Amino acid sequence: MTAEFFRWLADAHGINLSVLHDPVDGMAMLAGIWMTTWLSVVCIVLSVVIGLVGVWLRGLPSRLIRLLVDGYVEFFRNTPPLVQLYFFFFAIGGLLPLGDDGAGNAVPLISNTGWAIISFSLFAAAFNVEIFRSGIEAVPQSTVEAAESLGMNRNQILFQVVMPLALRIAWPALGNNLVNLVKTTTLAYAIAVPEALYVAAGIWSEQFNVREMMNVVLLIYLVLIALLVWIISRWERAMRLPGFGQG
Amino acid sequence: MQSGLSRISLAGVLFGVMALLLTLAHSALASASTESSAFEELVRWGPLIFKGFLFNLLVATLAMALGTLAGAFLGIGQLSPARPVALGCDWTTQFFRNAPWLVVLFYCIFLIPYEVHLGSVTIPFPAWMKAVIGLALPVMANVSEIVRGAVVSIPTGQWESAASLCFNRRQTLWRIILPQCIKRMLPPWMNLYAILTTASPLISIVGVQDGMTQTRAALTATNRPDLMLPFYLYLLLLFFLYCYPIARATRALEARFAVKG
Repeated sequence: MTAEFFRWLADAHGINLSVLHDPVDGMAMLAGIWMTTWLSVVCIVLSVVIGLVGVWLRGLPSRLIRLLVDGYVEFFRNTPPLVQLYFFFFAIGGLLPLGDDGAGNAVPLISNTGWAIISFSLFAAAFNVEIFRSGIEAVPQSTVEAAESLGMNRNQILFQVVMPLALRIAWPALGNNLVNLVKTTTLAYAIAVPEALYVAAGIWSEQFNVREMMNVVLLIYLVLIALLVWIISRWERAMRLPGFGQG
Repeated sequence: MQSGLSRISLAGVLFGVMALLLTLAHSALASASTESSAFEELVRWGPLIFKGFLFNLLVATLAMALGTLAGAFLGIGQLSPARPVALGCDWTTQFFRNAPWLVVLFYCIFLIPYEVHLGSVTIPFPAWMKAVIGLALPVMANVSEIVRGAVVSIPTGQWESAASLCFNRRQTLWRIILPQCIKRMLPPWMNLYAILTTASPLISIVGVQDGMTQTRAALTATNRPDLMLPFYLYLLLLFFLYCYPIARATRALEARFAVKG
């Protein structure tokens, strides 16, 4: 029914939305959207975890560790994510030994999708370390002192007192960075990870419908990002504490 | 504070330089004696990659100029008392702020014609010019938000006292509000420029010859896998050496303008 309408639209008006009337293109596009979603979710989780570990390491008394974490943060924040991706995929991926795919064929130990996940997670995590750090610094010193006077140790204070408050303070900045991360996943196109943009490029080079597919891709990303923004703001409202921020 | 910042900078530079040296040493050991060392190859191809990197900077700077100009008007438009104008500017801003840079870039590369005919005059639109526009659009949206945020952050009293002195809206905006905004807009604007510069290698994906393209061309020409690590690190380091001072200056400005609370 809808397929017929879009086929008619293509024939009669030359607007070829092939993903809506060609089942092959449609399934490919769905797989691409799924890949983008999966990449985004995995990278979001990993980048937050690495960010938390980074900020925990940074708080250790060792100066060397702090220097290393700062070096990592500054390096990843101030270099292009695309070059980082190429660096990981070609340079480091090329150094690793080849694995076996079970049928006797040599395959890279880490796939292109794997490198995309590693690269984007490290990139976003560098920003997350900074975001968590500024959140932690914004927690009032008196709160930390109060926790100390109750006999809590460093980790207890960090995880039970400081982090819950710091997360709420850092939430808008964190949300911004995570939205950016979803947008960054389009870079995986460059190393042929079959995410939404790559799949769309495959479709438009077969169907010659660049104009239509560009708009489809743009729409897909706007919907995905709107969804993420909605989740983040819902979560923010659910976590709100009385006495912090506006009401 | 100052020593803290320089310590961080030292760490970052050391991080990159040490990684580069380590890989050079590694490939020097690995390569056979008949082959030239990675260092010699880097000396040979480095200038070419550097030229490409300069083109990245040129494209980023042009996109920044174009995006800032358009974004300033869009940001003021968002605050227009005429509702349709405000809504239109608001939607445009949100649209380009949330669309992925690479998708917008693709959009511009494919959908802007390669030349425009104005009567008998033909204006060519080479790919790099389309790339500048493609990068300028997200910049425009971000600048728009920066301008809007800065204007909103000026106390209402400034508007009211201007009104009491018989300034009209345009005069108030241009002579009283915007001059005060410059100071607040500078740090986020510089931050945006650094982000744009690190985003500029995206133009290599759509076929504009930049530093990334030259690096890959050099790697293809030498056809030696052991050079990948030093060459990509070299390119990363070029960007780092350009963007890191900007990031530091941004933080220094923010610290100076910060209200002690």
